[in-house]
Order: sequence, then structure tokens, then C-alpha cells
Amino acid sequence: MPSSTQNIDQRRVVGVEAEIVTNVTSTDFPGHWPNEDHSWDINKFKQSFKVVFHKNSPLFAEFDLIHIDASIANTFRRILLAEVATLAIETVYVSNNTSIIQDEVLSHRLGLIPLTGDKAALRAMKWYTKAAPGEAARYPTDEDTIVLHLRAACERLPGAKKSETDPDKLYKNHSVHARDLIFEPAGKQVQTFAANPVRAANPDILIAKLRPGQEIDVTMHCVKGIGQDHAKFSPVATASYRLLPLIKIKKPILGRAAERFAACFPKGVIAFEADPNTGEKMAVVGNARNDTVSREVLRHEEFKGFVELGRVRDHFIFSIESSGQFDADELFLSAVATLKAKCTYLKRDTQRMLKKQALDARSGRDQSRLKRGDRGWME
Amino acid sequence: MASQSEYPQSAPAEDTPMEDLSEIDNDEPLVEEESMFNDLRITTLPGAEEGSASFEIKGEDHTLGNALRYIIMKNPEVEFCGYSIPHPSEEKMNIRIQIYPEYWETTKPYDVLLKGFDDLSDLCDHVTEAFTAAKDAHGKHEDK
Repeated sequence: MPSSTQNIDQRRVVGVEAEIVTNVTSTDFPGHWPNEDHSWDINKFKQSFKVVFHKNSPLFAEFDLIHIDASIANTFRRILLAEVATLAIETVYVSNNTSIIQDEVLSHRLGLIPLTGDKAALRAMKWYTKAAPGEAARYPTDEDTIVLHLRAACERLPGAKKSETDPDKLYKNHSVHARDLIFEPAGKQVQTFAANPVRAANPDILIAKLRPGQEIDVTMHCVKGIGQDHAKFSPVATASYRLLPLIKIKKPILGRAAERFAACFPKGVIAFEADPNTGEKMAVVGNARNDTVSREVLRHEEFKGFVELGRVRDHFIFSIESSGQFDADELFLSAVATLKAKCTYLKRDTQRMLKKQALDARSGRDQSRLKRGDRGWME
Repeated sequence: MASQSEYPQSAPAEDTPMEDLSEIDNDEPLVEEESMFNDLRITTLPGAEEGSASFEIKGEDHTLGNALRYIIMKNPEVEFCGYSIPHPSEEKMNIRIQIYPEYWETTKPYDVLLKGFDDLSDLCDHVTEAFTAAKDAHGKHEDK
């Protein structure tokens, strides 16, 4: 039995009982526990915070964030979903579309295709901002827009048997896939994307099906955006976390009961050992990570008082599934950088706000406030 | 003393003609400075007192709100910190800070807010460092 999960600080444990959860909120704040210092200390954080990787491939990463508060872990998750920028198709110019899929539906499908390409060049791309109503049109440039084309026309294949039903033998170009998107580099893009052109992250995505005589001819403009604006800009298929499950066996569970006990959990969660006294089969905690905390074990009368279930409040099993444009681990680092940038900019704005309030007070633009006393910093 | 209307409120600094500068009293902020006060994302809400204030941050939501609330609550001088999003269709987040009276002389609510931003930045730096180290130690494999 891993001692670390057994002798865990009870304050870190969220209890999971049959009908209720206990000890849910974190209490590591100054003033909560008498004679304890819980004030923010970066050095303490540096000592306690741990990252443990379990899987790391370009499209998927799983890692543990240990000794961090839920509010921070959740901030990283939310930034991953909604605030890390990616490139996606934003505008579709339809020259011809005689397929069964309507223009607007086709455009929407195209928008949702995850794109990939040279990462450095994609990161260096600037934001394209649409002109406000009444403003002069803003023209796309090679710095902010990627142009893609999609041209497909279906034809009959000559010499097919009359009784043939397989579309592959009957028609040419009857399925339009994401691999048919053609990148048209402009200006600097010829060099920056030379090694790694913009293309669909998954070439097998089916965009439309055609029949002889039908044709699609569209030009697409891709721009940088964030998931907050539209889900197509979200860089992750999903980013989520769960808390590390904790199983505490309080009294030995032996023999056939141990097998019945193990059957209440997913495979591998409960392991068996020989009882040191009798040599009987004894249930021990194997890999608690794999548990789903289904509470099935709590439904069985025979295990009442034998087991306690819980989750570790500050142990986050984080998983990130990238949609293909950036690697999953890079995305997490971008999310952290985004939070830092928010702090930097808002700190600057706060200082400017204070300066403005001080200047406003001095120049007496707001006389009434001065009459109330010297509270220049208050607006 | 120059009145507020003499300052261009929204025009970018580079578009401001030189004449505007010459008209401004030296004790007054320069036009460049004035433009730096445009589009500030944070304001102090009415009702601020010596040891308490609410700030309105534009364009932020629970993402920053909860993290900032947590880090500010970790400040021992803070009696209360909470955030709210007054209306879901407005991109605004209000954050309320109250300080224990014994610290009123030395600390203002904005000091606490600024410290919150600094602490959160430090946290980000360390998370980046620890994450990079763990990632490099683990190595990377191909997708299956």
C-alpha cells in the first residue's frame, strides 16, 4: 500500500460518502486556522508545487499538478479552452457550390476544420480586425490572413458497369476531403510556411459528397482568433482535470470478500497481498488513479466501516487533447503565459488608473470629490 | 486651467497635431499621457473607502476573477475579497477588496490589488519553470 496515499494530510482530502461530499472547500487562507501562516509565499509554493508527467505526445498530454489551488488549475483550464489563439477559417467566398450542402452549412463545416502549419509562423501572425461599421474596409495582408482554396468537381468514370453501385467505381471526386484544401501563400508566407504549409490537421475529414455535375469552388480566408469568440478557434479538443481518487481500507478485507471488494472498483484499482499473519488473500489499494469514485463499494452492507473514499483536493490530474495546431504541452505553457500577460497588462492599467485619479484630483476636474476630503485615488 | 474638453479623448497619440501640445499648461498632463489613459480596462467603482474598494475590470470573467480572488485572499492584510460578474451579457468583472482596519494606514485596496497581480505573475513563472522541467524529464513520444 503506498504510504503517501494512506498518511495524507486530512485537510487535503475531500470525503466522498454514499450520499454526500465532505470537506469540500480549501481552507489554506490566513486567519482560517489559529496560529498558522497561510499567507502567499512564493518560496513555499516553489517547495511544495509539483508537476508529474504521465503521457506526452503531440496531440495528448496527461500530467499531475500537485499542491495548487483549484482556482488556479481551473484558470489554466479555462484559458486553454477559450483564450489561447489559433488559426481557423473565418470567411468563405463561394464562387460556385452546386453540391447538396448549402453555402452556409458548407462554410460552417469548413470553419470547424482544425488547421496546422509552421508553428513559429502561425504564432507570429497578427490579428486581423474587421472594420467597424462606417469605417473604411480593412484589407487582409500576408501578416494576418491565410488564403486557402477548395475546388472539386465530380464526374462520371467512363466504362463503369450499369449494375455498379460502388461510388468509387462510378464517379471521380465524389468525396471532398480536408486534404483537398489548397494553401495559397502570399508575400512573406512563401518563405515562412515553406517547410510546413498550412493544411488540415487531419486530412481525412470529409467535407462534402458530390455527384456527377456537382461542383464546389470556394476561397477561404483564415485568421487568428480565440475560443471565446468561436469554438473553432479553441486549440484543444478538450482540456480537463480530475482530482486524484483516494481509497482508505480501514480494516483488513480477506478471502472471498477481498475479491468481491475488488469487483466494486475498476480493474487494477484494488490489488491483493497475502495477510502477514494468516497468509490469506487480502485486498490492498493498487492503482487508485484509475478509480472513478463510483461509490459502488458503499452500496454493499458487508463493507460498511471497512473503507473510506475521497479525492485529494490539491492533486489535479490534468489532460489536454490538442486539436492539432499546437502540441498539447506547448498549449499549457501558452495558457500560463496568457495568465501572466493578463496580470502584467492589468497591473499597468491599475497604475495608470491611479495616476489618472491623482491627476484628476490635482487639476480639480472633479471638485465635488475634493470637497469630500483627500481621497484622490477613489473615482 | 485647461478644461477636459481640450484633450482629445480617443484619437491616437500620433494623430494629434502639434498645436494641441502648445496650448497645454505645463502642470497638466501631456497629450501622450492623456492617450495612455484611454481604454483602461480597470476602474474604481463608487463607494470606495479608506480600507475597502471595488474595482471593475472590463473583458475579464471567472478565468481571472477566481484566480485573483484566491491570491488576494492569501494576503494576510485582507479581510474580505470576492468577485462577481454582475450580468452575463456584459463583459465585466467586479472585484471587491476589504482590508483589516489595523492595516488601513499602510495599505490601500489598490496596493492589495497590485500585489495580487505580482503574486499571480510569480506563480505563473514558477508553474512554467516546474512544468518545463517535468516535461523535459519525461520526454515526448509519438501519437499512437
